[in-house]
Amino acid sequence: MIDAISERVKSGLRSLQDYWSISYGAAVSLASRPRYWRETLDQMDFIGVGSLTIVTLTGLFTGMVLTVQSSATLDAFGARPYVGRMVSLSMLRELGPVLTALMVTGRVGSGMAAELGSMVVTQQIDALRSFGTDPLRKLVAPRLIAGVVMVPALTVLSDAVGMIGGYLVARFTLRLGTGLYWHSSLDAIKMHDIFMGLIKPFVFGFIIVSVGCYQGLTTTGGTRGVGESTTSSVVVGSVLILASDYFLNLLILRFVYP
Amino acid sequence: MTGTGDSVNVISFRDVYFGYPGNDDYTLKGVSFDIRAGSTEVILGGSGSGKSTILKLVLGLIKPNSGVIAVEGRDIGPLSEDDLMDVRADIGMVFQEGALFDSLSVSENVGFRLREHEGLPEKEFEERISRLLGFVGLSEFYDRSPSDLSGGQRRRVAVARAMAHHPELILYDEPTTGLDPITGSTICDLIVKLRDLEGVTSVVVTHQLRDAFQVAQSFVMLVDGEIEYHRVDDVELLYGTEFLVLNEGKLVFQGRQRDLFRSDEPYVHKFLEGQIPAFRR
Ligand SMILES: Nc1ncnc2c1ncn2[C@@H]1O[C@H](COP(=O)(O)OP(=O)(O)O)[C@@H](O)[C@H]1O
Ligand SMILES: [Mg+2]
Repeated sequence: MIDAISERVKSGLRSLQDYWSISYGAAVSLASRPRYWRETLDQMDFIGVGSLTIVTLTGLFTGMVLTVQSSATLDAFGARPYVGRMVSLSMLRELGPVLTALMVTGRVGSGMAAELGSMVVTQQIDALRSFGTDPLRKLVAPRLIAGVVMVPALTVLSDAVGMIGGYLVARFTLRLGTGLYWHSSLDAIKMHDIFMGLIKPFVFGFIIVSVGCYQGLTTTGGTRGVGESTTSSVVVGSVLILASDYFLNLLILRFVYP
Repeated sequence: MTGTGDSVNVISFRDVYFGYPGNDDYTLKGVSFDIRAGSTEVILGGSGSGKSTILKLVLGLIKPNSGVIAVEGRDIGPLSEDDLMDVRADIGMVFQEGALFDSLSVSENVGFRLREHEGLPEKEFEERISRLLGFVGLSEFYDRSPSDLSGGQRRRVAVARAMAHHPELILYDEPTTGLDPITGSTICDLIVKLRDLEGVTSVVVTHQLRDAFQVAQSFVMLVDGEIEYHRVDDVELLYGTEFLVLNEGKLVFQGRQRDLFRSDEPYVHKFLEGQIPAFRR
């Protein structure tokens, strides 16, 4: 029993060490040449352009449902005109970053785990190293940059589309005036909300990519192992996003909000 | 290359032990051998005996638990990943199944190393890649994707990729496994051609005796600019090729082909018996 536990702890620590050396190695490689700009652009295209549809749809429906739900609550206090404020702050601080990150994990984190995992099992990673190319530099670093740039960008899009979705419902279902909605929603936004809304997806982007790459690069056990890595990249990535969201909230509320 | 002359060992293993993390037992248990410059080394052994592990150690992709591995006279044990790049610059490797990059075209695969490290002008790059693809007989596949190729064609691309930077040593990991005999034989011809025309030291890992013997017994010559293949049938005359037989992480035989036939070692006998009818009792 004790043995089994200590074995689990040891293998957990080993994974943590591997995760650290992959993320750290990739980050450090950015400090020196060669840098792979073409790969970075390709990854930006894959993460950013490739996720436009799902992120837009997610943002739109979230903003719409948020309006419907909160208007019921606000009506109880006769505060329907504040629905815009409710939608914009919820989207910006919380739902935009988290839902975008979760959708991108499902699409991008899993894709990276699958791609790198199959490169491992077909020895393409060994081949890269034998040709004198560092896989962390060539494969992981470009993905990390693309992740920390594109996930915030997608989040901004999702926030905006969510607010527009909220507006459509407010205007056509709740019969709220256009000016009233936008006034209340844009007025509510303060500098620290924008800060929170951007720092979160930056961290989430890092989590999505580093977890996906870690799962892919540590794949063992042939094609079956690739499937397992892909699944864990989504499971681990999603849990880490939600957990770090909680702690980021604590930190930001403590240090940034007046 | 440090020393001169034939006496230099391109690869030397001294009492090498290696175990994969997580496995209980060592995969290699005290392996020692030398490979001379210009020679051909055939490593025979059943599946799982540790053949690929030896090649990965030579490339420094993994580090031994104990023992010394020297490549071109240089102990690679203490080298960092950056220093290992120098060592790898002299080595070409043909991975099992080819390990071609699926995201790149055939020409980008072959030219991968040139693109990464040499920065040739585009025209010169294209000429070199065309020449390499010509050497392996795949000129018309320049722009194709590796996923469109047959197993034999993939191996040939892998050979072209391994020889692109003119290495002094090429490692072949089961280059003919999974191919039909005819295709396998064209791969063997390619190995011989590289060895005899380009003077490459070759390490050929295989469990197929037929192919091992073809590599050991053939040679090619250039006669008036034409390539001629010859075969030596008298194994007493063969000096250029050495055989290693690996069984469960230990070397059970080292020597020439004629000694292989005379060996009393039970595993060697079983290995021959399984594949050559004349050795059945
Ligand atoms: N990455 C790995 N992790 C753990 N064990 C491995 C790994 N690669 C190979 N092995 C084990 O090491 C032994 C030798 O493998 P290998 O050198 O690939 O054999 P061969 O090439 O002779 O078929 C096998 O028992 C195999 O299961
Ligand atoms: Mg093998």
